Amino acid sequence: MADEVILLDYWLSMFGMRARIALEEKNIKFDYREQDLFNKSQILIEMNPVHKKIPVLIHNGKPVCESLIVVEYIDETWPGENQLLSSDPYQRAQAKFWADFIDKKVPGPTRLIWAGKGEEQEAGKKEFIEVLKTLESELGDKTYFGGETFGFVDIAFIGFCSWFDAYEKLANFSIEAECPKLIAWADRCLKRESVAKSLPDSEKITKYIPELKKRLGIE
Amino acid sequence: MASDEVKVIGAWASPFVMRPRIALNLKSVSYEFLQETFGSKSELLLKSNPVHKKIPVLIHADKPVCESNIIVEYVDETWSTSGPSMLPSNPYDRAIARFWAAYIDEKWFPSLKSILQAEGEEEKKAVLAQVEEGTALLEKAFIDCSKGKPFFNGEHVGYLDIAFGCFLGWLRVTELAAGHKVLDEAKTPSLSKWAEQFCNDPAVKPVMPDTATLAEFAKKIFAKPAA
Repeated sequence: MADEVILLDYWLSMFGMRARIALEEKNIKFDYREQDLFNKSQILIEMNPVHKKIPVLIHNGKPVCESLIVVEYIDETWPGENQLLSSDPYQRAQAKFWADFIDKKVPGPTRLIWAGKGEEQEAGKKEFIEVLKTLESELGDKTYFGGETFGFVDIAFIGFCSWFDAYEKLANFSIEAECPKLIAWADRCLKRESVAKSLPDSEKITKYIPELKKRLGIE
Repeated sequence: MASDEVKVIGAWASPFVMRPRIALNLKSVSYEFLQETFGSKSELLLKSNPVHKKIPVLIHADKPVCESNIIVEYVDETWSTSGPSMLPSNPYDRAIARFWAAYIDEKWFPSLKSILQAEGEEEKKAVLAQVEEGTALLEKAFIDCSKGKPFFNGEHVGYLDIAFGCFLGWLRVTELAAGHKVLDEAKTPSLSKWAEQFCNDPAVKPVMPDTATLAEFAKKIFAKPAA
């Protein structure tokens, strides 16, 4: 019997992009269902009653929530192709540590950049640059965060890169000037079909920000 | 030989530090417990966790592993042949266990902590209501996950039991301070029973601080400076 795989998602969500990339890496056919986060659907509320957030992966009727948990679930359920997490316990712990770091340290400052202004935005920019430098230092001279193979940490972070154009224009800085190695890494990732298919056009995001702010009631 | 040595950098009162200690006990792995002094951070801690500078840190064969739930999984995977698995074998059940562990850390525990820091009856009441809402969700999660067995993980203490159970000491302290029970036989019958079995588990008992000692410590760290 064929698997039924549905993804409840929102086009510009960097968290949703993680799930898309993981599914593409595994060559899984899935039904992408765009959600209106300002008018949440019955299925979203039913499948994620605790948080009512995307992404939600629905596999044969059963929901999996929280983007990194979804990625790990995909890796464990379809183990054959393109392993996303190492089998080595220490490497796995490192990968999870850095994905957790991204979740703890990136959303705060980046929200200040696109949703804030003045001093708040400046503070967000400064903090974001520091976080980027930490990530760049962790990447070092490796091809991907895990080494030679594209994997969990790359998937955790690459979605944010589709917002780089927006951050740069709004806070007036160049990420490439601050972290050239990270930009080079992002370019490598974008060459992968799974990533190219899953990330929206950066300019489209930049153009949409004013509308997004309006819908969120932010000046 | 130094290469296999296991160390845990931590503090007796920290629920997060309890997590790797319980995990190591479940796997019968002996380790050296390096206690941090409250209010200061050792050289070793700063070197082993330069990013967050936080406890717990597990050092195995000189390699550090940070973040308590990540350490628990690491212990489970590294000593996989020793003792039962801490996570279910089925990917869906594993995702559910991880979901609730994340919920506990991101939503439930922060609201519990804020009871002790709440100013005035109104604020306290509001936060207590939040905590109870969350606990009701966890009561249902327990019934779903345990499938009639004593623990979230089934027959034996596992990842989610540890993720939640580590907070039981602080929960009791908070209940005493607030004069209100969050976990009890009437409101949360399954979790009440689970809590007792968890605290009595041989892997947990040695590292769970007693409520009175914890309450004294809480008074010290939450003490408001004189007006």
